[in-house]
Amino acid sequence: MKYTVQIVGVGGQGVLLASMVLGTAAMRSGYKVAMSEVHGMAQRGGSVISTLRFGDDIISPLESAGGADLIIGFEPVETCRNIQLGNKDTFVLMNLDPVYPSMVAAGFEEYPDIQELVESVRSLTENLMTLDATKTAISAGKAVAANAVMIGAAAAVKAFPLKKELLKEVMLEVVPEKSKDLNSKAFEMGYDIAS
Amino acid sequence: MNILEEDGRGLLLGNEAIVRGLIEAGVKFASTYPGTPSSEIGNLLEELSGEIGMYFEFSSNEKIAVEVSAAAAAAGVRSFAFMKHVGLNVAADPLMTLAYSGVIGGMLVLTADDPSVHSSQNEQDNRYFSTLSLLPMIEPSTPAEAKDMIKYAYWVSEKLGLPLIYRTTTRVNHARSIVEYGPITDTPAKGHFRKDDKRFVNIPAYAKQNRVRLLELNREAQELSETSPLNYVEGGGDIGVITSGVSYTYIKEYTSGASILKLGFTNPLPEKKIADFLKDKRYVIIAEELEPFLEDQVLRICAQNGLTVPVYGKRSGHLPREWEYSPDTMRRLNSLLTVRDMPEPLPSVAAKLPGRPATLCAGCPHRGMFAAAKKAAGKRDIIYCSDIGCYTLGIQPPFGTADFIICMGGGAGAAGGFDEATDQKAIAFIGDSTFFHSGVGPLTSALFNSHKITMVILDNRTTAMTGHQPNPGTGRDFGNISTEPIDIETMVKGVGIKFVRTVNPYDVRETENTMKDALDFDGVSVIISKCPCPLELKKRKVLKIRECTVNQDKCIRCHRCVKTIACPALVKKGDTVATDPTQCIGCGMCANVCPKNAIEVKE
Repeated sequence: MKYTVQIVGVGGQGVLLASMVLGTAAMRSGYKVAMSEVHGMAQRGGSVISTLRFGDDIISPLESAGGADLIIGFEPVETCRNIQLGNKDTFVLMNLDPVYPSMVAAGFEEYPDIQELVESVRSLTENLMTLDATKTAISAGKAVAANAVMIGAAAAVKAFPLKKELLKEVMLEVVPEKSKDLNSKAFEMGYDIAS
Repeated sequence: MNILEEDGRGLLLGNEAIVRGLIEAGVKFASTYPGTPSSEIGNLLEELSGEIGMYFEFSSNEKIAVEVSAAAAAAGVRSFAFMKHVGLNVAADPLMTLAYSGVIGGMLVLTADDPSVHSSQNEQDNRYFSTLSLLPMIEPSTPAEAKDMIKYAYWVSEKLGLPLIYRTTTRVNHARSIVEYGPITDTPAKGHFRKDDKRFVNIPAYAKQNRVRLLELNREAQELSETSPLNYVEGGGDIGVITSGVSYTYIKEYTSGASILKLGFTNPLPEKKIADFLKDKRYVIIAEELEPFLEDQVLRICAQNGLTVPVYGKRSGHLPREWEYSPDTMRRLNSLLTVRDMPEPLPSVAAKLPGRPATLCAGCPHRGMFAAAKKAAGKRDIIYCSDIGCYTLGIQPPFGTADFIICMGGGAGAAGGFDEATDQKAIAFIGDSTFFHSGVGPLTSALFNSHKITMVILDNRTTAMTGHQPNPGTGRDFGNISTEPIDIETMVKGVGIKFVRTVNPYDVRETENTMKDALDFDGVSVIISKCPCPLELKKRKVLKIRECTVNQDKCIRCHRCVKTIACPALVKKGDTVATDPTQCIGCGMCANVCPKNAIEVKE
């Protein structure tokens, strides 16, 4: 068995934290794990990709283009930018809440229409689920829990090899004590949306 | 996950695994100048060194890092100097002669190379430093190996009495894998230096003999390499692959059908083992990132042993020399090996996507300084020399304040050259940490040679780009040692610079006036743009967040705020500019440049 998750988003969105939660859960499930992360300059508001691979015989920290089983897109433009990481069978989880690049914020470039982005992904694959993770997190209590919404949603993805309860347990170990209830709630909301 | 635990395992980042390896090897002395992809090693040691009884320092530059660790090892203490690849250029001077002196306690010099230039200015292959210096080299392929090989590397270093080059790459430093913890050993934290002029004082007469000694040690090192457990063959058959570093993981997982000679001890190479491996092969593929370091030596070994086995790799055009490898690179070998089926990637989306380059943060004080410099420059013909740090991002619009960047401290040196060789005015931007690293030399040289340059020291009170390490300008407070900050203004005045002004870059207008005076000054002028990095303050939870809001009734839609500061917290939609409260820290730079005082700063 081999399973690859590509988590894509923007520096500061919690991509690394999410990949660490999934990776730790994979390790505790008895799989071998190899991951690759982006640190340094790119984190200053740039695009980030975190690759997580687990299974019986895993050693490479990178996956081939098209080799992902699951793409977790924390940001719509980044999901589109990295869609080649998947193939026709890849499941794509796409958060619809945008983070505007600096050139967009300054009015030098346009941010595309979100619905147009969704359609451009849907024209390539039917295995797409969209969600408003930030809005969901706000309804759970706070925008910062968007991360937990995405992890909860991943747990509900068809044939995802890691168990929901284990993912939740690992996630709650890494979040601050005072926000455990918030993250727990956000996780369950994400799970329900994607179920 | 606690890397100090007696036993157990963890899903560790390569850099965390390396720290665990140091703990297991009982290393008691470490030094660095921060640089990606090696930085997290220093961040962890800053946190843990006191607890594990290790002396650790952020040296002012890599040369000093190698020198302090060399001294520790000369006194018998196991030491570890680590840096990014280009840092070893700075440290090459001590390294080359340290090879002649050798060490008493084990010493590793870690070089973290950056294939694909993720966060560097070049893609140099530092494995050549091992053949240049005649020092042994070890190359792990995964985080687990990066931990495991450290203890062995110290054994080799002490056996030979030589420092050893420990070479990693981004996909080892910034990869994660499951690391099994081994037993922790202890070594003495204090040594004693015994005078031995013939080794430690390389005057020509001694250096001449030490050169011979080094060549002898190199032969001994080769014997170790021949029998090293780090160099081994996997599988059989008449097709061979010789590989090292992260390339091994791609060969292992994405190809099959070949016998693999996996090399971890890569200088000197196990020449007999390689010749034996080559003998019964139909052909051999050399899989390594960057330069044909192994490949050229394998070709030589073939020639010396009368072997005619075809060697495929970079010289044959099968594999690229540029950029890091990935599983996709293995597709290039499908005429030679069985390459695993890889699914067809989805095509690109039709929608036009905005770019998302790394950018200066909201409220970054560099924005204010750059805006002021541009404004002060007006129509003057300026060459903006810049340097290595967050402020390199000044290359982006609307600033364009990076015309010439080569290396740490390079902008300051180059500014003097431009001043003499052109009629243009040269400004040198340099960060506080970079100033201490290699900015003092060019500044004194400019004064000495009468270069009429303006140096702008972007003093954001931290080494920001690499993750907020302390530097001489901030003082240190970790590992049971506290020191006072060194005041840059006093220092610059002390060398005799006649124009020195410290400015607050959030006051863009005042900074612009001061900058005009600096540009007009007939001599070396220095501006210290002093304002702490908000990201660092946020990390320490001491950032006082205020909020800027645009009063739409007063706003005349001139967009000067967006055009001059371009802060990510300013959002322009159509004709209207508003602030994004999730990003705005209330620094007030935008308010400062607003001609109508339409931006209000609230406590």
